Amino acid sequence: MSNTKVTLAGVELKNPVMTASGTFGSGAEYSEFVDLNKLGGVVTKGVANVPWPGNPTPRVTETASGMLNAIGLQNPGIDLFCKRDIPFLKQYDTKIIVNVCGKSTEDYCEVVERLADEPVDLLEINVSCPNVKEGGIAFGQNPQALEAITKEVKKYAKQPIIMKLSPNVTDITEMAKAAEAGGADILSLINTLTGMKIDIYRKTFALANKTGGMSGPAVKPVAVRMVYQVAQAVGLPIIGMGGIATAEDALEFIMAGATAVSVGTANFFNPYATVEIAEGIERFMEQQNVEDINQLIGVVK
Amino acid sequence: MSTKTKETLTVISQAEIGRDIYSLWLQTDQMAQYARPGQFLSLYTGDGSKLLPRPISICEIDREKSRIRLVYRVTGKHTGTEGFSRLQPGETVETLGPLGNGFPLEEAQGKKVFLIGGGIGIPPMLETAKQLNAQKTAVLGYRDELFLNDEFEKYADVYVATEDGSAGTKGNVLNAIKENGLEADVIFACGPTPMLRALKEYAEEKNITCWISMEERMACGIGACLACVCKSREIDAHSQVHNKRICKDGPVFLSTEVEL
Repeated sequence: MSNTKVTLAGVELKNPVMTASGTFGSGAEYSEFVDLNKLGGVVTKGVANVPWPGNPTPRVTETASGMLNAIGLQNPGIDLFCKRDIPFLKQYDTKIIVNVCGKSTEDYCEVVERLADEPVDLLEINVSCPNVKEGGIAFGQNPQALEAITKEVKKYAKQPIIMKLSPNVTDITEMAKAAEAGGADILSLINTLTGMKIDIYRKTFALANKTGGMSGPAVKPVAVRMVYQVAQAVGLPIIGMGGIATAEDALEFIMAGATAVSVGTANFFNPYATVEIAEGIERFMEQQNVEDINQLIGVVK
Repeated sequence: MSTKTKETLTVISQAEIGRDIYSLWLQTDQMAQYARPGQFLSLYTGDGSKLLPRPISICEIDREKSRIRLVYRVTGKHTGTEGFSRLQPGETVETLGPLGNGFPLEEAQGKKVFLIGGGIGIPPMLETAKQLNAQKTAVLGYRDELFLNDEFEKYADVYVATEDGSAGTKGNVLNAIKENGLEADVIFACGPTPMLRALKEYAEEKNITCWISMEERMACGIGACLACVCKSREIDAHSQVHNKRICKDGPVFLSTEVEL
């Protein structure tokens, strides 16, 4: 039996497969299809200090081998989240990673502080959502701002923090270094790529928000390249994501330097994707005589 | 265990029953056993460039043979629905379902009921008409060409409206209701938003209960991604904001609980 366990900032995952924030709710809906016990971790949809209504509809549209979304971080707020979503996830033997969003540094810190005493394993700080007017990506496109918010959040966080990086920057390694300098424990990338689709018959935007975040298999080569670049530039563990739909896709990210991976859009076209990928990685390891998944991390130099 | 499943369904038959309107009978394993009128299926295109499942309402359910009928519109060239229209008997389609809540038949049992469909919102009203034990009047609105209207005759009194006046009342379903002096205690309806909005107002004026089936762009189809929300009058218990999930909390809502 080969070893699939990986460690992120001292937190051991039974396998490297996690969910990507925003695509999996807090797991309840997908638990009707997959056994959450078989996942390395569940990354929740972003949660803020208060409920957010999100953007007007339409919020999603399909693009070639991908999609655009502009949900706008609709979430029920941290109170209900702690009462309902965390206890739900606690029933399962999987790591709980809470994605945290906010409009200001204080918002982020408030949620992080609130989660300090909750049975949560890791916090993912969403400083890269392209679909909200305040907060989100505003912190994730400027290295000084990113370093500053990372430092602030670290003051309040009891759990290790993951800074989630935006690909909508000129040089993602600068952002990775800024997060590292600010004290991030882990990096996750990539968030979605800002895109646009126009409905030529209605002569308007396909999304009410005009722009949306692009995800799905179409973005995978960009994501693999960025994971590789960041792995070369910093020493922090990386959670790789962007278009992962198969075990082979996941292994590309791992070989590019990711310690763990997140499966996002694939859940929408295959609700079993997460578990199938975890099982596929094991099969690959057996076929290729890989004893330990850690031997594959960053194997491509 | 959940009644939602992902199954590989086999095409039994397919026919074009109107311009760009197709009727597709599918063999299911368990889906037909669980399906209820007003629910929908999400069909995958099988084309890696078209990832998102296509939500299509259930037109008929044959529990005995475990089959489901979908009647859908091909929305254009190179679309997922165009791909479905080429499916031949014996071919398969990956499908998730049944999804959504469906019409609450028990709320209309034995009452005078309008079953109102507009355009491609007509198909789900057929199974509703079949299963509902009530005094049923179907009011069907079309742009021009009729489809499925003759199939309602077995289960309900049928009135038709066409925008171009080529059949029945010239105008919309409300024009047909007024012209024929029709009345009901309960409305079940599916169709375009302007029609649903008009019915919501009509029901409020007449002080009758109106259940409407809504539509929005979807991604997951199971309530996780929060793409297909509609505005709710009150703060929703699940979302904590004025949003309800059409795919999970709906697609059927009481007209008074949503804003259109």
